[in-house]
Amino acid sequence: MTASEKYVAAAYLVVFVAVLAWVAIIAAKLARLERDASELAELARRRVERSGEREKVSV
Amino acid sequence: MQRFRVLLRLRHIPLPMLAVSAVVLMGTALALVFFYAPIDGDQGLSQKIFYIHVPIALTAYACFAWGAAKAFLHLWKRPPGADLESYAAIHQGVIFGALTLVTGSIWARISWGHWWTWSSNQLVTFLILFLFYSAYFMLRYSVEPGPARANMCAVYALFGVVLIPVSWLSIRIANDYIHPTVFTTKGPQMSGSMFLAFCVSWAALLTLAGTMYRVELAGKRLDSKLRELRELLA
Repeated sequence: MTASEKYVAAAYLVVFVAVLAWVAIIAAKLARLERDASELAELARRRVERSGEREKVSV
Repeated sequence: MQRFRVLLRLRHIPLPMLAVSAVVLMGTALALVFFYAPIDGDQGLSQKIFYIHVPIALTAYACFAWGAAKAFLHLWKRPPGADLESYAAIHQGVIFGALTLVTGSIWARISWGHWWTWSSNQLVTFLILFLFYSAYFMLRYSVEPGPARANMCAVYALFGVVLIPVSWLSIRIANDYIHPTVFTTKGPQMSGSMFLAFCVSWAALLTLAGTMYRVELAGKRLDSKLRELRELLA
């Protein structure tokens, strides 16, 4: 491999690695958002159940 | 006006279609760069860095300009979300700006024998532009979220856009002999096949930047909606 070939490969690889790193960061962020969403769904479900129980007691 | 309408229509392209277009254009650009565009007689194989370095730099300029346009819109008409859109565009601009500096340094090392030279106006003005927009995040995260932060960030983003024509014109005004000038008043100084490869590369990088911008924006919006929901449920 000549010096030119090495530098050209390095330039294109840097861009590829940067895009890959960005995808990895976004994937991690998406996983966090998914965790947050399921946590909130659980919280909302519990709240609905609790209000249902309260209605039964009042009847 | 017609061009602006086309830009507005581009905003409605579904995200998966935009991502697929970016991948297809990237593949086409790589094929054109390595199998269609001829090897430069002067610089040899190292000139192939041009097809990634210059489109990345132009994409960074486009992202900063888009961020400034959104900032202007925020100050003028105050549509909801313009501040977030400005932030996302500037973030993409900083990513592409960093890549411009890295790919440029690699090209400089093989062409000039140095990773960096302070005597080139084009390099220094681009570095100033990059550092200016990098400091945008320091400002944004040092102020409490709210209308005051949005206004401050919008004004800062608008100031930075002045540096784009300065960076672009610096080599033309100051007769910078170190950094090559390919686009002159006589048009692009390259063969038709080289110009085609360059245009496809630029289209690919613009589409990639557009996809990244839209994904980041969707993530940010989802994050703020979840935060709002958490506050309501708390």
